[in-house]
Amino acid sequence: MADPLLNVQNLTMDFGGLRALDHVNIDIQQNEIIALIGPNGAGKTTFFNCITGIYTPTGGDILITAPLRSGAASKTERINGLKPNQVTEKGMARTFQNIRLFPNMTVLENVMIGRHCRTRSGILGAVLRNHTMVREEQAVVDASYQILEKIGLSRFVNDLAKNLPYGAQRRLEIARALATEPFLLLLDEPAAGMNPHETLELDTLITRIRNEEKVSILLIEHDMKLVMSLSDRIFVMDYGKKIAQGTPEEIRNNPMVIKAYLGEECDVES
Amino acid sequence: MEYFLELFMGGLTRGSIYALIALGYTMVYGIIELINFAHGEIYMIGAFTALITASVLAVMGVHQFAIMAIAMLAAIVYSSAYGFTVEKIAYKPLRHAPRLSPLISAIGMSIFLQNYVLLAQTSDFLPFPSLIPDFKFLEPYSNYLRPTELVILLTTAVVMVFLTLLIKFTKIGKAMRATAQDRTMAMLLGVNVNRVISTTFVIGSALAAIGGVLIASHIGQINFFIGFIAGIKAFTAAVLGGIGSIPGAVLGSFILGLTESFATGYVSSDYEDVFAFALLVLILIFRPGGLLGKSTTQKV
Repeated sequence: MADPLLNVQNLTMDFGGLRALDHVNIDIQQNEIIALIGPNGAGKTTFFNCITGIYTPTGGDILITAPLRSGAASKTERINGLKPNQVTEKGMARTFQNIRLFPNMTVLENVMIGRHCRTRSGILGAVLRNHTMVREEQAVVDASYQILEKIGLSRFVNDLAKNLPYGAQRRLEIARALATEPFLLLLDEPAAGMNPHETLELDTLITRIRNEEKVSILLIEHDMKLVMSLSDRIFVMDYGKKIAQGTPEEIRNNPMVIKAYLGEECDVES
Repeated sequence: MEYFLELFMGGLTRGSIYALIALGYTMVYGIIELINFAHGEIYMIGAFTALITASVLAVMGVHQFAIMAIAMLAAIVYSSAYGFTVEKIAYKPLRHAPRLSPLISAIGMSIFLQNYVLLAQTSDFLPFPSLIPDFKFLEPYSNYLRPTELVILLTTAVVMVFLTLLIKFTKIGKAMRATAQDRTMAMLLGVNVNRVISTTFVIGSALAAIGGVLIASHIGQINFFIGFIAGIKAFTAAVLGGIGSIPGAVLGSFILGLTESFATGYVSSDYEDVFAFALLVLILIFRPGGLLGKSTTQKV
């Protein structure tokens, strides 16, 4: 098997005396959809924050092997301590539990910001407006349109992001993350607050992104129906530790997982 | 009527200068929620740079237009460099500190720059050469529109249009708006936030330098303290219009400029500041967020 896209080894994160992540190991192969589940406070979002550069982990290694477009194997890099924008440049994009669009910008502009790190022109280009610069700007607009079309948001192009219906805002977040050309998309509770119909649409959308865009996906989700239908493999966390991993079928029947979610049977007599 | 027009034009001129400085305050506040108290000093440094450049060029016998252009350019470059450096030294290390720390750092920077210029130059008022020539075609209107005023109004108008286009349509403009709305998210989308913040300081400083050169050649004298007064007034204008809002800063500046001008003309120049700040208090009582500012509701 090729090197995993993302290989997290012994990741540890301490906040003062509190160990939020305790030697967590997770690997993601190319074209996989992986779910990260666990009770509230298990450290799932902290895990996301560590691998996207918002926190600098206290210990462990985060290794990425970005696939090259040509298909050739590329080298493995350690990305601990990089800034969030550098992590994005390496090819990992994320969304948040709550919606974090730029509310006062249009849908198109929101996506164009995502292209930001893939273009070169700086302030001087903006002032001088030379030929390359104009062409590059047009290319950004075109690419952004294409993404919106794929995600099914093309009719909202010029609306302000804050005026979109909830489900569409959620999809716009995914579109914006895709605009950074990631090889791995990290979704933090993408179905939160969605009705069953919207969740179903999300299910198809995520599968389509994996199949058509060749982007691997790591998602945190509480909607078990969605998790079980989407995921190739599942990792389960509790109290900052990874307690189980496996296929949906294995996880469903794992006593450790059931214990983490439902609590232990307590023995009254002892 | 002519007196009214004279005051009106005078007010617009003041307003333009306030606007050029206020934009720097409001843009920086919009992005990192910091009142950059050293901003007035950047304006003062711009004026001094222009004075020094112009004096040297005048000795060399350069044509007046060339002096004007080169002095302005030198002021912009020098002030921008100062703005850039101040941010790197005094604010960037405090990016994650509580909000009061960079504020104190800003006040310190302001005092430092004032005293630096005081020691390096002089505490006296220095005469500033009139860089703007007398336009022949303005003679019939000379009672209420002086050449310097015309140049100030036109320059400000051009600069504002340019800034609006920059923020609305360019890549860096989008990055600035995105950073202002959600800095972490902008970073996660690959925007180099530090560069965006630096660019904001550079643009703000360049605008302040333009304002500094224009007003110095209008009034005809400068000293190390002009930045403090102008800074406070421009800051007032920015708050009046709603700090963080660019159109707000411009509107607030013109309202402040006109109020001061009319108060001076019809009442007494002693009452200029009284009227200006009474207006500020009144507006903030009825619209605490400023004229075009967002009224924020505290979430509980």
